[in-house]
Parts: sequence; C-alpha cells; structure tokens
Amino acid sequence: MADAARSPKAFSLKRQPGFSSLAIACFLMLYAPIVVLVLYSFNAGTSIAIWEGFSWRWYEAAWQNEQIKDAATRSLIVAACATTVATTVATLAGLATTRTGKFRGQTAVFAIINQPLMVPEIVTAVALLIFFAIIKVATGYTGLVYLIAAHAAFCIPFAYLPIRARLEGMDLTLEHAAADLYATPWKTFRRVTLPLLWPGILAGAMLAFVISLDDVVITEFVKTAGQDTLPTYMLGQLRRVVTPEINAISTVFLAISVVLVCIFFFLNRKG
Amino acid sequence: MNSSNGGSQAVRIEAVSKVFGEGEGRVVALDNVTVGIRQNEFFTLLGPSGCGKTTLLRLIAGFEHPTGGEILLEGADISALPPYARPVNTVFQSYALFPHMTVAQNIGFGLEMLGKPRAEIDRTVDDMLQLVKMTELKDRHTNQISGGQQQRVALARALAPHPKVLLLDEPLSALDLKLRKEMQIELKRLQNETGITFVFVTHDQEEALTMSDQIAVMNNGKILQVGAPRDIYDHPADRFVAQFIGETNFLTAELASRGKSGTQVKLPSGKSVAAALPADGRTQGLVTVVVRPEHARLTKVKSKAALTGTLENIVYFGTDTHYHLQLEDKTPFIVREQNQPDGQAPYREGDQLGIEIGADAVQVLRD
Repeated sequence: MADAARSPKAFSLKRQPGFSSLAIACFLMLYAPIVVLVLYSFNAGTSIAIWEGFSWRWYEAAWQNEQIKDAATRSLIVAACATTVATTVATLAGLATTRTGKFRGQTAVFAIINQPLMVPEIVTAVALLIFFAIIKVATGYTGLVYLIAAHAAFCIPFAYLPIRARLEGMDLTLEHAAADLYATPWKTFRRVTLPLLWPGILAGAMLAFVISLDDVVITEFVKTAGQDTLPTYMLGQLRRVVTPEINAISTVFLAISVVLVCIFFFLNRKG
Repeated sequence: MNSSNGGSQAVRIEAVSKVFGEGEGRVVALDNVTVGIRQNEFFTLLGPSGCGKTTLLRLIAGFEHPTGGEILLEGADISALPPYARPVNTVFQSYALFPHMTVAQNIGFGLEMLGKPRAEIDRTVDDMLQLVKMTELKDRHTNQISGGQQQRVALARALAPHPKVLLLDEPLSALDLKLRKEMQIELKRLQNETGITFVFVTHDQEEALTMSDQIAVMNNGKILQVGAPRDIYDHPADRFVAQFIGETNFLTAELASRGKSGTQVKLPSGKSVAAALPADGRTQGLVTVVVRPEHARLTKVKSKAALTGTLENIVYFGTDTHYHLQLEDKTPFIVREQNQPDGQAPYREGDQLGIEIGADAVQVLRD
C-alpha cells in the first residue's frame, strides 16, 4: 500500500526491468557497424579490418580518383533532376488529391501514386530495363534521361508523403479567406497555399534526393555502360580490391545524409 | 411581411434553395428562402446549429452556389460569380488569418489583390489598425497575438476593402464571456462608423437581441420570422421562434371576433383578453397563444385576474424570482417578478393565486 501511495504514476515501460539493456543492445546493433565503418575510413593501412593508425589518406585517394568524381557528379546530376521532376509531380498530385471533393476511385489513385513503395524494386527495375530497351532501339538515344526518368518515378511517393501530409494539415478556410479577399485561384495558390506548403515541398524534395542518391538496384538495371553512379561504382569496386577508400566515400555519404535529415527535421518542426 | 423594396436593399435572397447530396443522403439545407437585407443594417441570422444559417452566409459569400433561386447584391444577380468577384467580405468563425503574414499584411491582403496602389493600401491599413486599436501590434505575426486580438485583425482585414456587405460567421463564439461582451459593443460601433451592411450569423439569442437591427429566425432550412429584436421577442409569430428566444408560456385559447379594441381571445379560464395576431395566421377557432413570464403579474385577488392557478415552485434568481404555477387545466405557467428591496417573499408554495396579464402581452401563434 505504501508503495502504491509513493508511485501513483501510470504504468511506464521505462521502469520495466531489462528495458535499458534491451534498448542499448538495439542501438548497438544498428550503429556499431556504422561506427566501425567510419573508424576504418581513417585507417593508415590498406586493410578494412586491421587498424594501423590514423590518416586522411583514403579521403585524399578518393578525392583524386577520377572515376569516383565522375560517378559522384553523375549521381548528383541524376538526383537533382529526378528530385525536381518528382517533387513537381508530387506537389501536383498532392493538390489534386486534397483540394478536390471525394471522387470515385480515390483510393485507387493513392495506391497508384504509392505503387513504387509497394512493388518490389527488382520488378520495377526489370520492367524499366525492358521498356527502356525498346525505346533505346527505336530512338538510338542512350543518354542519362533514362536514369533520371527511372529515379523520378520511384522518388515520387517519397516526395508525395510529406507534401500530402502538409496539405491535409492545412486549414482550407485560409484558401477560402484568400478567395473572399479577391484573390483569383492562381493568386490564392501563389500567395497562400504555396508559402504554407513550402516546408512540405522542401521536405519531400530532400527525401527524394536522398533516396535517389542512394539507389542501387534500379540504377544497376537501367544504366548503360559508363553510366555508373556512386553506389553502383562502389558495388563494382567491392568485387575487386576492398580498401578503406570505400569507407571514406561511405562516410562522406553518411555525413551528407545526416545533414539533409537534420535540415528536414528542423524544417518540419518549424512548420 | 417583408415588402421587397429593391432600391434600398443591400442583399435580396429570392426563393433560394440549397440541396447537398442526392438520393438517400439528400439534405435540404435551405428550403425556398426569401428575405431582404436593407442597406446599413445589422442583420442577424439566428437559429440552432444545422438550421441553414451558415449555408445562407456561404451562399452570399460565394463558397456555395444555390440549387435554385437568385441572390441579388444591390439589385444585381451574383449567384453565378466566384467568391473573388463578389464585393462582400467574410469574418470567419476560425478567423482564418494567414499565418505566414504579419497583422498589417493580413489587413492589406484584400486591397493588394484588388490591385490598389501601395500608398493607398498603406493608408487604409493604418486607418483599419486604428479602427480596431491594433496599431502597436501591426508587425506581429498572427500566432503572436491573443484570440481577441486575432478577432480584431480578422475584422479589420474584412473591412479594409470596404465591402458592400460584411458577413460574420459566429465570430464571437471562440471568445470568453467578458471578451464577447466587449466585442459585441465593438462590432456595433464598427458598424455605425463604417456604415457597412452587416450580416451576422449566431445561435446565441441574447447576442442577436442586443446587437441587431433586424433578426431572421431560422430552423430546418426556413426563415420563420423576420423583424426587429423587440418584434421577435414580444410578438413571436411561430411556436419555434417563441420557444427559441427567451422563456415563454404557451396556452390554448379560442379566437373571439374582432372588436373595436382589436382581437380578443378566450383563455381556458373563460376570461377574454386582447391579443395580437400574426400577419398570416388563422382568424377563428382554437389557437396557441404565448405570454412572456415577465408580462404577467401575480395577484391575490383572483376574481379580476385573467388566469388562476396553484403556486408550485418558487425559484429565486437575485434580480427576479420565477413563480412556477399550475393552471386549473394542469397547464404549467411561469411568472417572473422583479425582486423588491424589502426582501419578503410575498407568496408561498401551495397558494391559490390569480395571474394578471399586461396589455398587449398575449400573442397568437401562426400554427
């Protein structure tokens, strides 16, 4: 009875025995490999498993590797273009699915927009490989556009989710108020909807960018010879010699992702 | 009842119906409503929630379009115009201030959209800030001001373009009682100073009575009665109107023939009293009449009284006391009397008392 009087608070998972050790074990499993990876990117030796002292040499090596620079540049171009296309399409889709009345087949439309999230990536990859092969034969064009189109396609749902969430959380009365104050539909969009939607669009774009930058499977299937992106280049390298150069590139990647995720978080919190 | 006088009418609602949905889910929000709102009038749409008052407001604003009928603004049919092409502005229940703009930017938005020159916008915004006493807070964002201040900004924003009609959708419902009383006075002042026609929607009968020039009482998508607050209160034509506004006593009576001194009705007690008839009620037979509790007085002299009954319950309210009686035919009847400083309760429960009814206090209902 005395016990109950002393702790009138509700049941808390935090106070259960073994909770903290379990939590620590989970975090270790998630982050220990990454910590090891980052650590060995600074290895002075050529091994990714035997520590031989601190050095920046693999970062320098990666920086001077023309293949890496080439692949990184391509990755950034593809990611930037795909993000722009995907975010624009996702914004329009978001407006169409939240700013119209309920229509027949609305659920089907959501499913179609989110399709890339549900269909196994390998299926999309094979489908695109075959589809693009037909176009390549017909037109003779083999440039980057195929990669950009493929990336844009699977980035759309990632951009769509935060944009739609933002639109749904927005008070529709604001748009009514703008219309009431003589704003035409276009002006209402530009002066009220868009400024309020902006954090959602940025968040969607950043998610799409990270997803595109990271993709291996679809890229591997769609790219033509000499169109390596950074992830597919790294995969190729792993088949040959593995040096801490790979760790160094991964660490830079990780840093970029962390920065983007942080920006994403702060933007969402402010909104 | 409400003669159509096109020239001085700001808004004319002509046989307007609004139906939402179809088939099973069909909802008739407005059922063939006709009403005129005069220039410079504080016009209130009063009714319980779901009565169609907000739908009517949204039809005037243009957020909804009528299923049938016409909406005329100063004689011109605006039924087909989109909201941004109508010279009317709305104060929303939720205020709907733009959160990414400052107070001043919010107020200037309408003028900006109308393409007014910058200097004129700035001047009007300053005037509006002064009008609603918000000058010091003009550069604040709308989430940095209190609810009452947001209310003022919403008003200023809607008044800035000087609309022909200002529509107010229960704008005071989110405020606490004290602030609400202040804003009621403030709204009346703004309406007087700007000379703009106000159409005000509320479910609060007291708010409607204190602020309005004209009240339209609505229920089930119909306007039941239009009139000045005093008319509506003293001479309700309809059972719903009588019930919705204030407390009242219902009695069954028989219409007697009209004499020189107006219509007489015969009460259940057998006594005849003068009564006011509604414009479109029946002229003979049994009718329902209403008497406001404060228009009746108790008396110990039963012989002269219009009604007699047994005092069942005394409820003390400070400024007045409510006496609940039961008439001889078991009908309940409430009399409200102002309390006197001597502090003595003049009657006891169980007393047999007479009820005197004041002149012009009996109103015949339409049903």
